[in-house]
Amino acid sequence: MKKTGSQILLECLRLEGVETIFGYPGGTVINIYDDLMDSPIKHILNRHEQAAVHAADGYARATGKVGVAIATSGPGATNTVTGIATAYMDSIPMVIITGQVPTPLIGNDAFQEVDIIGITRPITKHSYLVRDVNELARIVKQAFYIARSGRPGPVLIDLPKDVQVATAKFEYPDSVELRGYKPTYSGNARQVEKAAKMILAARKPVVYVGGGATLSDVPGALMDLAELMQAPVTTTLMGMSSFPKRHPLSLGMLGMHGTYYANMAVTNSDLLIAVGARFDDRVTGKIATFAPHAKIIHIDIDPTSIKKNVRVDLPIVGDLKDVLHKLVKALEGHPAEVAEAVAATAGWRSEIVDWKTAHPMAYKPSTTVIKPQFVIEKLRELTNDDAIITTEVGQHQMWTAQFFDFSQPRTFLSSGGLGTMGYGLPAALGAQAAFPERQVIDVSGDGSFQMNSQELATLVQYRLPVKIVILNNNFLGMVRQWQQLFFNRRYSQTCMELPIDFVKLAEAYGATGLRATTPDEVEGVIRKALETPGPVIMEFKIAREENVLPMVPAGAGLNEMVLAS
Amino acid sequence: MKHTISVVVENEFGVLTRVAGLFSGRGFNIESLTVAPTLDPSLSRMTLVTSGDDQILEQITKQLNKLIDTIKVIDFTGQDYVERELCLIKVTAEEETRAEVLRIVDIFRAKVVDVTPRSYTVEITGAPAKVDAFVELLRPMGIKELVRSGPVVLGRGSKGWKGTE
Repeated sequence: MKKTGSQILLECLRLEGVETIFGYPGGTVINIYDDLMDSPIKHILNRHEQAAVHAADGYARATGKVGVAIATSGPGATNTVTGIATAYMDSIPMVIITGQVPTPLIGNDAFQEVDIIGITRPITKHSYLVRDVNELARIVKQAFYIARSGRPGPVLIDLPKDVQVATAKFEYPDSVELRGYKPTYSGNARQVEKAAKMILAARKPVVYVGGGATLSDVPGALMDLAELMQAPVTTTLMGMSSFPKRHPLSLGMLGMHGTYYANMAVTNSDLLIAVGARFDDRVTGKIATFAPHAKIIHIDIDPTSIKKNVRVDLPIVGDLKDVLHKLVKALEGHPAEVAEAVAATAGWRSEIVDWKTAHPMAYKPSTTVIKPQFVIEKLRELTNDDAIITTEVGQHQMWTAQFFDFSQPRTFLSSGGLGTMGYGLPAALGAQAAFPERQVIDVSGDGSFQMNSQELATLVQYRLPVKIVILNNNFLGMVRQWQQLFFNRRYSQTCMELPIDFVKLAEAYGATGLRATTPDEVEGVIRKALETPGPVIMEFKIAREENVLPMVPAGAGLNEMVLAS
Repeated sequence: MKHTISVVVENEFGVLTRVAGLFSGRGFNIESLTVAPTLDPSLSRMTLVTSGDDQILEQITKQLNKLIDTIKVIDFTGQDYVERELCLIKVTAEEETRAEVLRIVDIFRAKVVDVTPRSYTVEITGAPAKVDAFVELLRPMGIKELVRSGPVVLGRGSKGWKGTE
């Protein structure tokens, strides 16, 4: 029996194992929405297409599955752009489906027409304009395969309205044949052997872990490597939850707002083992003084990441899971040398302990005003180990990265590469849709929260009990901090002068609002929020001009940190 | 430094913009570009000439490889290759210059492909440097219009790349 394009699309999604999609209807996707009523796929109606894409992104980050979002043509499609770019920068597997005007009208400036393929070309891993309904099944199959394989990323399918209506015999292909796309999964054995030799010879090794470790699900192998060699581990923002922060070998985060000891360790190391990380400028600071004494081993599935920003002594292209497994095995083949290396690096570990003792992560506590770091510490104390924390972008994001001790993979969802304000709330929504029973908390600032606060409606409508922490300083705090430090305290347009009553805002949507204005109210508010069913906003009136420290000023070396006094 | 790169891609719509986008997105100019189907009509072969910092070119080459539609990328820099370009030139040819144009055409083994009482249109094929020299000699005669194809390139030697095996 023949099926219509929109039926074929939904059937393909079902066969790909998609259970929940996020979206917003409109004229050119109305057929898909009509057929959706007869499909087992659950649809969540966001209040903005950008939020739908962020929600699919949060769903993907929390589960490891491909996130799916759908939007109509024109403005619906352009609203997805920030969401797509966010996913692209952090290599998140997603399929975005946009409606398009009927094929004969394409290029005519038709109502709600936009060349979304052209607009999103630099921010998608791949994209398809479907011109023939007979190709739709193959295209959807390929899109999912491309999104989740190799270095994952968003794939866009632009589906004209007439193709949705046209009929074809439905046959879902079993396999994908793409002659131009064959990611390298298996790491070269000789390179791995060389890496093992370098690791055994190193006296000041540091493992530097990026988002690839999360994407490839390798925390186990990573732990094996670190513990076998007793090598200290630092993570990027994206690698954050892949190595438990409370582990004695953990150095926490490195980079612009990294720990003193992580940045000192990297600067003084003689071997840097980069695991699924891409040497982003927020990580390296001034390239010329980044890890100046270190040989660099770079393990990554994407050859374009290697030697992009820094020189690399030993590249290994492959899936981290495969490479780390082989590497640990290779090292285990030399037990005497491993023991010798572990003994020889004892001095290095004690040097790191000295740095940790001299400058631990700290802030000046207060009994009168709420310190944001205190809120984060309390939040950690009162939430479960498997609680999923999302953030927006700015000071609250860095405080969360610095002061929340993540211990389980895929529990920290944050826009690292693009730095998208307004990401955290819809991402939390997506994560909660995937895990209705787990605690999901969006840590936000008053600025970021207002970028997608309309999603409160979605949370309430679908009974998604996301808890929202707003660290309210009535400032766009991170920019204000830069203005304070580098622009002589000229706070140009960073003061959010209109105070918002976030408690009332929550209530307007049918959610619960709580507020703490003094430090002794903090714990009670968090406890109450966690006990309250349904979405809750916790507003904390925090110290207004608190800064994120340590800080490496832009363009400075990692060892030139401004420390907390 | 100048780089000549061959890119074999799926012969589909939208592929050219993906390739070109990698250059424009990094502020790189493509000096010349030719595209046509290969022996296998489902594939197209592009020959690109660009110049820039070697490290950025390495990055672009890797990015080209990363495109889903790219089958093969060959950077001919530092390799032995044959390079040919086609150029058509409409040159003024009136009484006093008519014979001189023909003499130059003859020396370069070029060909006159269109004649009017006031002009010749000539065709020359060769390495870009030869085309440059030819154009320079004709320039004083008065060039009315000129079009160059940009070079196409094949590696020297008996080994060939026919398709996706």
